[in-house]
Amino acid sequence: MPADDTRLFILSPGPHLSADESVEKIMWRVTMALLPALGWGIWSFGAAALRVTAACVVSCVAVEAVVQKLLRKGVTVSDGSAVVTGLLLAFNLPSGVPLWMTAVGSVVAIAIAKQTFGGLGYNIFNPALIGRAFLMASYPVQMTTWRPYGAWDNVTGATPLGIIKEKLALPLPSYMDMFLGRIGGCIGETSTLLLLLGAAFLLVAGDITWHTPISFFGALALMSWLSGRDPLFAILAGGAVLGACFMATDMVTAPISGKGRLIFGAGCGLITGAIRVWGGYPEGVCYAILLMNAFTPIIDRYTQPRRFGSRSKGQPRICAD
Amino acid sequence: MVISLRAKTFRGGVHPPPCKEMTKGLPIRRAALPPVVRIPLVQNAGDPPRFIVKKGHYVRTGEKIAEASGPVSVPLHASISGTISRIENVPVPYGGVGLAAEIEGDGKDERAWGSEGSTDPHALSREEILARIRDAGIVGLGGAEFPTHLKLSPPPEKKLECVIINGAECEPFLTADHRLMLERPGDVIAGARLIMRAAAAPCAFIGIENNKRDAYEAVRKLSAGMSDITAILLKVKYPQGAEKQLIRATVKREVPSGGLPADVGVVVQNVGTAVAVWEACGAGKPLYERVVTVSGQSVREPANWLVRMGTPFTDIIRQSGGLTPDAAVLIMGGPMMGVAQWTTDVPVVKGTCGIIALPECAPAEVKPRACLHCGLCLRVCPMGLSPAFIRQAAEKGRWNLAGQYGVNDCMECGACAYVCTTSKNQIQLYKRAKLELKKRSGHAS
Repeated sequence: MPADDTRLFILSPGPHLSADESVEKIMWRVTMALLPALGWGIWSFGAAALRVTAACVVSCVAVEAVVQKLLRKGVTVSDGSAVVTGLLLAFNLPSGVPLWMTAVGSVVAIAIAKQTFGGLGYNIFNPALIGRAFLMASYPVQMTTWRPYGAWDNVTGATPLGIIKEKLALPLPSYMDMFLGRIGGCIGETSTLLLLLGAAFLLVAGDITWHTPISFFGALALMSWLSGRDPLFAILAGGAVLGACFMATDMVTAPISGKGRLIFGAGCGLITGAIRVWGGYPEGVCYAILLMNAFTPIIDRYTQPRRFGSRSKGQPRICAD
Repeated sequence: MVISLRAKTFRGGVHPPPCKEMTKGLPIRRAALPPVVRIPLVQNAGDPPRFIVKKGHYVRTGEKIAEASGPVSVPLHASISGTISRIENVPVPYGGVGLAAEIEGDGKDERAWGSEGSTDPHALSREEILARIRDAGIVGLGGAEFPTHLKLSPPPEKKLECVIINGAECEPFLTADHRLMLERPGDVIAGARLIMRAAAAPCAFIGIENNKRDAYEAVRKLSAGMSDITAILLKVKYPQGAEKQLIRATVKREVPSGGLPADVGVVVQNVGTAVAVWEACGAGKPLYERVVTVSGQSVREPANWLVRMGTPFTDIIRQSGGLTPDAAVLIMGGPMMGVAQWTTDVPVVKGTCGIIALPECAPAEVKPRACLHCGLCLRVCPMGLSPAFIRQAAEKGRWNLAGQYGVNDCMECGACAYVCTTSKNQIQLYKRAKLELKKRSGHAS
């Protein structure tokens, strides 16, 4: 070791300390937060749900790796973002879809919606939702063939929102059934309880803020109430909780400030409500979020935080209290 | 608990590990008289002074070696007695090299000050105090090095309503101000009183972060009977000691964008500066030594030293047990806003509040990648800016856009880079953006 006075040190700009955080940690926390709901999906819909989820995750990671290789960019699948996209894509699919369809969805999600725009951080639209929207448009039958809760075999059932939209002569599930997830639906959207648990974890960890879910739920409830529907039912049924807590809170595609996120969430809630009431589909969360994704840059532009020193009102009196 | 609820603060900010345990309990010790000092000419913000000594001159401790030159300038003083051995460019801790006078000490430490008859400093007039502050070469000792006498005499239309003495010391590791307040609370208060007189301000607050309760108690006890000097407890948060944030926390006023504390009737002085003002007015002592915290995981025996200006870092580090083999980063100041050094062969200057040696520099290793838009930087920015957008604009070289996002309001505290998961070079980008904007405005006018 050279003496202190002849040693050379690293010249680097400040700050010379860094918070112990990384993209990887964020993504793995989101993955963890999704696991309880995934467990419930498998419990409800059987091994098919697990197969679909595994296929989505594997194909998303594979597509990301292949595309990055082809583009001669560094392969960054270890950052976990493709895993999250795979999970979220699977969460938005019925458990009975054929596995090749998950591969198609993954290619659209990762290759088109994410890597075409430049990869993580540059994508405008939520990749998983683009994947789902593509599949919904291309294979509407498979995408709306639901299994009822607890049916591990190929029985078809209906979702609560489907019962309303199609005016089916079926009994609506109770609030408690919907809260716990004893209903039909996509793999990851049924259990409000477990989704909220995961969201609470992310909230405490600071990876999401309260603004988006709260304004999403508020606007959706308001919209439902105005159109004469049950607001609580609107939140518990379908993908509202999954969308509000995990998709509309996607940091890359949503506004950056709290104020912006309030507007974003409210827009998502209103559009979801509008699609459900007047649209052709029973569910509208996916399209609502994608539409609002397009507004993110302009929302950001008009919701800058208040700058220090821009206060217009007078300065307070100095007093020693 | 009740008291910590009362602690005041500002919006935003971060909580880096304080790392003050190593030195907060260690009394300030006088460092050994250095055999050789190198005193850089530029040690104040503004105009550089002018050397009035030549090679071969004999100088005594506290003797003036450079004369103020220009409107924003203060004189420099010898910090040991001895002979001027050379005046040359040497490495300086601000980065690069700068002109400095080297004094080869005679080991006698003969003083050139303290002979004038003692006057009661509290009987001095406003002008006399300002003149003594100027003649003693006092600048902001928190690190900014702005001439103190100028800060205390704003244009006449701006009346100062209060003085805030900055004892926040929010940078990790540093404990120099903490020890000063704990060991010499009387001098801090006496300095505050002189600063009040010089600024013609009727009251003063001494803001101290909640992790220095012993110093707060010491100052509070001594100021208990005074109606015009109040100790204020501040929340522990970085950058609590930044001027505008300290003012916001203490008197709830917001310095306007692009403005100065005087615009809201406030002047802020560091506790070290307050003590220097007291010594200059009370004893006629020029500013030629200061308290420096030497700390960091790579320093064997961290300590708080009273150091002569111009002492090479090498000397101080040796007296602190030397560095461990893993030392990789050497910083003057705190680890958040301090300046990285490439060598220990730089002298202590008036703005050196700390010398920190750290084992690795994780931030330097981070390769920037695309912003995730997570919004953490917006939440921690104490200036209410959108660091993410400033960064993105600057990365594309869109300097005007960076300007619209308020880059000139940025004080480079580094809170955004501290929390960011995708980049650590924000401060470089902001500095560059400010420079480019300045160039442009220069062309336009």
